[in-house]
Amino acid sequence: MTGVHGKSRGNFLENTIYGLLKAVERAFYADETAVRSGLLQSFDPRAKLVAMVVLIAAVNFASRPWVIAILLWGTVLLALISSIPIRCALVPVWVSAATFSGAIAVPALFLTPGQSVLRLPEVNMDVTAQGVRTAAYLFLRVETCSSLAMLLAFSTPWTHVLKALRVLRVPVVFVVILGMTFRYLLLLMEAAREMFESRRSRSVGRLSRGDYRRLAIATSGVLLAKSFQLGTDVFLAMQSRGFRGEVYLLDEFRMTARDWAALSSITVIALAAACVGR
Amino acid sequence: MIFEVDRVTYRYQRQVALNELCLDISEGTRVALVGANGSGKSTLLRLLDGLVFPEAGGIRFRGNELIEEHFADETFAHSFRREVGLIFQNPDVQLFNPTVFDEVAFGPLQMRWRTSEVRERVNEILNRFGILHLRDRIPHRLSGGEKKKVALATVLVLDPAVLLLDEPTAALDPRSQSQFIDLLVQWAGGTKTVITATHDLGDLQDIADRCCVLQAGQVVADRPPADVLRDYDLLQATNLIHEHRHRHHTTAVHSHPHLHPHNTDV
Repeated sequence: MTGVHGKSRGNFLENTIYGLLKAVERAFYADETAVRSGLLQSFDPRAKLVAMVVLIAAVNFASRPWVIAILLWGTVLLALISSIPIRCALVPVWVSAATFSGAIAVPALFLTPGQSVLRLPEVNMDVTAQGVRTAAYLFLRVETCSSLAMLLAFSTPWTHVLKALRVLRVPVVFVVILGMTFRYLLLLMEAAREMFESRRSRSVGRLSRGDYRRLAIATSGVLLAKSFQLGTDVFLAMQSRGFRGEVYLLDEFRMTARDWAALSSITVIALAAACVGR
Repeated sequence: MIFEVDRVTYRYQRQVALNELCLDISEGTRVALVGANGSGKSTLLRLLDGLVFPEAGGIRFRGNELIEEHFADETFAHSFRREVGLIFQNPDVQLFNPTVFDEVAFGPLQMRWRTSEVRERVNEILNRFGILHLRDRIPHRLSGGEKKKVALATVLVLDPAVLLLDEPTAALDPRSQSQFIDLLVQWAGGTKTVITATHDLGDLQDIADRCCVLQAGQVVADRPPADVLRDYDLLQATNLIHEHRHRHHTTAVHSHPHLHPHNTDV
């Protein structure tokens, strides 16, 4: 049985594998949340998918941080109303997004020319008002887009997202790859974890940096070969049961007046945000 | 004949998996493909399921050639997938849906059954296999025995005419092994074609009426299971048994061929 609990005592590579496994576990938890009753969960997956795409486009068109901040606040509010746990669904993605966008946003604080708002004598640099604005804009944009994507993931079962993509004429090959990735990622991460645990059970003491690098390279090579084998097997297993690219579900999608009304409202909000935010 | 395998050769890059293999299987028989690791059993099952295609030679299913072009035709592909089911050795690759119920419903949905019929049939098979309580569980978190049962249910829900099994009892504890065999025997009921690849000789007589021994990609013996189990020279030559030495109480060391399975084989 699988389960990722506690903190590993491994090195960087092992910790990364454990981190990825936790992320995949979270994806399974997302599917559990998606079938709970809640506001967002009650809408047609197609309406939700289109609404998310429209909102993400609006966030990218808007260039005023306060407009994006309102959209982010709205996203959090929607999550709360829909019983989506903020701590589990949004906080991890906020931390990851902040880390990656921060790497770009922090230098912008100092490098963007403009009016100085704070002097840092230790490094002899100024934080500029324009720099703060650019960093906030970048940071908010990344956080809002990733939160919207998580909102969709936590309010819609994965298979429904796939079917909605097909209904919206996304090519079969793209949907097949997405569908397989979900299952395949977990298997690959499990294989990687077993490899590291087996290595740890046979080693004593710490490896030198050189040995560690060699081990990491060898492991990557084996994982690549395993990933190819696993990918093939998962696809053959799907094919064997009649899968030909189309996604068929027990639940038929039905766009009701309520779905159309919600989609129209979101579109109006997104258009307004894009216009006001320009 | 339900399957006619005519001089089939298949390679993995340079390594030959099947070498001009010939085999005919008639409808309603239970055939065991027995052989050591790497003898070509799993490859043959994949060929029989139309998942991979031979480099030379041909395979016919009820007189229809199993070639890639035929599977491009939706009608042929659907009718073949409806009639032939394969249980993979590693159930993890076969369980890719969010819940056990979705997993079992996957095949019938691909066959475009009515949703009411799918629900009814899935509940019925889960109930028959004693796994109804698992219906809302996430498949990858199940135990090994439960995964195997779910994998079997995902295929038997379609009630195929032919069932292909790749090492069905590998890595199962003795109780799960016996439950699995019982389920199979109960389902087949003497009317279905069941082709089982195994190197576990313990269950051979329960699961097969005919035993084909494979070695280096060829069928080297094709006899009833009891005959094969009696032929120690054949079993030793094909690496299916080894000389087992042990001491009974305080008597001298004695040896005999080792037939019972090791559950650590994966």
